[in-house]
Amino acid sequence: MEKEEKVRIKVLRFNPSKERKASYESYELPYIKGFTILDSLLYIKENLDHSLAIRYSCRMAICGSCGMLINGLPRLACYTQLSDVKRKEIVLEPLPNFPIIRDLVSDFEGFFEHHKSLKPYLIRKGEEDIDENKREYIQHIEDLEKYLQFSVCIKCGLCYASCPVASTDELFPGPQALSQAYRYIADNRDNGLEERLKLIDNPHGIWRCHFAGSCSKVCPKGVDPALGIQLLRRYLMSLRKPKKKLAEVYRRAY
Amino acid sequence: MVERKIMLLHYYTGIAIIALVSIHIAMRLIMPFSESLEFSNVLNNYKNLPYTISLELLLITVAIHGFNGVRIILLEFKQGKAWESFVKFLTLILILIVVAWGTRTIVLTNLM
Repeated sequence: MEKEEKVRIKVLRFNPSKERKASYESYELPYIKGFTILDSLLYIKENLDHSLAIRYSCRMAICGSCGMLINGLPRLACYTQLSDVKRKEIVLEPLPNFPIIRDLVSDFEGFFEHHKSLKPYLIRKGEEDIDENKREYIQHIEDLEKYLQFSVCIKCGLCYASCPVASTDELFPGPQALSQAYRYIADNRDNGLEERLKLIDNPHGIWRCHFAGSCSKVCPKGVDPALGIQLLRRYLMSLRKPKKKLAEVYRRAY
Repeated sequence: MVERKIMLLHYYTGIAIIALVSIHIAMRLIMPFSESLEFSNVLNNYKNLPYTISLELLLITVAIHGFNGVRIILLEFKQGKAWESFVKFLTLILILIVVAWGTRTIVLTNLM
């Protein structure tokens, strides 16, 4: 009879309200082809340890709830197959740069505060260009393409977890918030350029990005936050036409 | 001064340093390297007004670029209004001290 293949999953367990130190706990479970890390965690929860705390929702990389460190890399548990990891032992830890609520569940409050602080919505000065029949803001496909990739951000926090600046400077908005600032500034329907630039042009703002590029590398949706940050910086540094719409800078770059 | 202007100054001084250090190295290569560092030759360098000006500019740009770099590191190291003000003040003072001391050396050597 063929021996059943096993996989060992080592999870960093920590309950800040009860414990002072985090510790690892190992679980051995059958290797099932097609299983994701999230499936494995649910298997552990159902069969081996009910007390393990995890957060998840959609199971299809849309909600961004199940971000964690998988063998040292920030990834979505639902989007990472056991076979992708290619190791007999898989180490799971909560996302760095976030306070821990319990086990693999991180506190996203500060992260969302940064996101909100940069006004991630359309700011309108007037309603004059609304199409009266359709009651919608008119936008051409070329205008959409200028920011489209940034609009698929699911706010999973993986970029923030991988950012070396966010690990030391808690006032740094992080790649997610800054790339969202770019997303709305580059939108031709938005008039909030000056408001947002004031928020990002400060000692803990956009200039603190060291362009490590790890944010872009870990994004599960293929967003390139580092590009958004660099385009914003380029705009801030442009001397000739400071009032120029940012999206035009983006067009010139490609 | 807003951060954008400080950072522009940081980048411009960085570019200027590359040019000025190139001049500085080039001056070591117009004669055999060991000879270029002899006391009399070094002294003669300081008598050369365009080169002296480039040295002064190098001093200013390095002081601004270097200390602003330290300011950035310190701001990432710790946050808070009081800390920010202290770091900004300290950076300005250190730049002024280094530039004043270096300028004194350049001027006095030029007059020797």
